[in-house]
Amino acid sequence: MKSNQSVISIRNLVKTFPMGNREFTALNGINLEFASGEFSGFVGPSGSGKTTLLNIIGTLDSPTEGEAMVLDHSVKLLTQKKAALLRSQKIGFIFQTFNLLPVYSAAENVEFPLLLQKMGGEARRKAVMEALEWVGLSDKAKSRPAQMSGGECQRVAIARAMVKKPEIVLADEPTANLDAENSHNILKTMVKLNQELGTTFLFATHDEKVIGYLRRIIRLYDGKVAFDELVTKI
Amino acid sequence: MIRFLFKGLLRDRQRSLLPVTVVFIGALLTVFLQSWMTGILGDMIDFNAKFSTGHVKVMTKSYWDRVEQMPNDLALINTAPLIAGLEKEYPDVEWVSRIRFGGLIDAPDSSGETRAQGPAAGWGIDLLSPNSREAERLNIPKSMVRGRIPQQAGEILLSEQFAQNLKVGPGDAVTLVGSTMLGGMSLYNFTVAGTVSFGSNAIDRGAFIADLQDVRMALDMNDAAGEILGYFRTGVFDKELASGMVSGYMAKADTTDEFAPIMVSLRDQNGLSAMVDYMDYMIGIGIFIFIMAMSIVLWNAGLLGGLRRYGEVGVRLAMGESKGHVYRSMLWESVLIGTAGSVMGTALGLILAYWLQKTGIDISGMMKSSSMMLPSVFRTVVTPATFYVGFVPGLFATVIGTALAGIGIYKRKTAQLFKELQ
Ligand SMILES: Nc1ncnc2c1ncn2[C@@H]1O[C@H](COP(=O)(O)OP(=O)(O)OP(=O)(O)O)[C@@H](O)[C@H]1O
Ligand SMILES: [Mg+2]
Repeated sequence: MKSNQSVISIRNLVKTFPMGNREFTALNGINLEFASGEFSGFVGPSGSGKTTLLNIIGTLDSPTEGEAMVLDHSVKLLTQKKAALLRSQKIGFIFQTFNLLPVYSAAENVEFPLLLQKMGGEARRKAVMEALEWVGLSDKAKSRPAQMSGGECQRVAIARAMVKKPEIVLADEPTANLDAENSHNILKTMVKLNQELGTTFLFATHDEKVIGYLRRIIRLYDGKVAFDELVTKI
Repeated sequence: MIRFLFKGLLRDRQRSLLPVTVVFIGALLTVFLQSWMTGILGDMIDFNAKFSTGHVKVMTKSYWDRVEQMPNDLALINTAPLIAGLEKEYPDVEWVSRIRFGGLIDAPDSSGETRAQGPAAGWGIDLLSPNSREAERLNIPKSMVRGRIPQQAGEILLSEQFAQNLKVGPGDAVTLVGSTMLGGMSLYNFTVAGTVSFGSNAIDRGAFIADLQDVRMALDMNDAAGEILGYFRTGVFDKELASGMVSGYMAKADTTDEFAPIMVSLRDQNGLSAMVDYMDYMIGIGIFIFIMAMSIVLWNAGLLGGLRRYGEVGVRLAMGESKGHVYRSMLWESVLIGTAGSVMGTALGLILAYWLQKTGIDISGMMKSSSMMLPSVFRTVVTPATFYVGFVPGLFATVIGTALAGIGIYKRKTAQLFKELQ
């Protein structure tokens, strides 16, 4: 595991969305700190702001007020281009609906982030095969998303997020479209990668199965942190 | 990366096949339209040149002022030295005298009384000189319906339609009732040698074609001619050459004398330059309409494709691709698609155009009541422009369509595009 240095630091974060002629406050005064190698998650009812917070940490959205520092970059001050570069190099995403590119094979989907980094052909192939091995899908490298099960697709998505060995992986409801067995498989894979590579994992979820694996649970209510607890290991 | 995106493009039919097909059709139609219009225009010019305007025309100034009335009282006289001079000065041009005239044709019965009458549009052309190419020029040998071409003085051709109206045929006698150059009445007897049909209603209605010398006798126009037509020996009208000749000739011409010869280019007769400009304009409009229509179709396809692709765009942004890179890759895609569609459309368009250039389409059925001097068989003509004109709508429309559709990527916030993943 890496040292306990802070990878994400959130200060007095406020996020409002325009709603007609009024403003809707989705996040209201969030203060949080995440250390490298955490396996943590935002939980809370629908509309509590989990996705909004995850998107800001992922530099896909920007705070209205306050500060969100991600890997020593202020999300507010990042240009669109710099944010893209940061995502490309250091942040991986896993989505509820897998979001694989349908016309590409599993291997090609995993390859894509490396192409963005302009990694050379040989290194790229090796990295792709390694990532597919992590998720146990070496034999499905040539399959298209339509030819794979939901669980397999989500494992490909994990391989795609992990292949560039990012510092942070953000997973928004990664198990919502999976059955219990597949959910556990995927979570075990992520726990394993967290331990082997030291990657920081942040979830947004209300799935009890996911919550069971988290080592830190942050409960959001109405855009505020209602609860922030470390799970003591048994 | 480029190979990766290209692979995706080829695999996604809706992104490649559909727009390529639209571009293909647009380019094909544009190429075809262009060659078709050019063909019509070329035929029209050629037809007018042969029957009416020449490549250049020499006549008196006052004749030109009233040229529609065929005013033979204002005709050129002493044409032999005039033609000799023209031939000497412009050896690359063939000079021929013609007399256009109006009159009444009278078909008598066996007792010499009028049986039928009709107004004639008369042509006095050199039919009998051994080296005259006038009959060829007017395509008379191929336009013969009955009888034969006149072989001696006093023989004429009537248009088949006119002959039927008068109920006369080869061998029958007819009388031309006209007016002489000096304004007197003229009666002159001819024998019908044959009938012709040129396929142009304007001409076929009342054509009366006689040898130039006979017409001179009939109308008292000794060594006179209404007009002297000049034809480039290449057979092709050359705008620059003609206007050069005209300005050279007119610089030396006597403009004070009403009866002095002047020279006029094909372009300045029969409203042909306006026609040429109009056709150019129509081709421009046609291409513009194709660009608009295709832009709209492709824009919609792009928008639908774009909506369908917001997911893909969102993923690519999340993976760390910049908006600019996504946008540029979509533009490149459209350039590829536009080029592919244009190349194929142009290729097929050219094949069709070449084929129709050879075979032609007979449209005489559609032209029954037209009085325009138009040939009845239209042909396409392939010009250098035919090779690139299809790329204008093909490439422009695709790239513009994509550029417009893709603005959505910039307008939307990253988070919004990303949200469409959820
Ligand atoms: N772009 C937006 N414009 C307006 N309101 C928004 C926008 N994005 C989110 N919201 C609002 O902000 C609130 C928080 O949304 P968010 O997606 O973060 O909730 P969530 O906790 O992820 O919910 P769920 O569990 O249903 O995914 C919601 O009330 C939502 O309607
Ligand atoms: Mg959510």
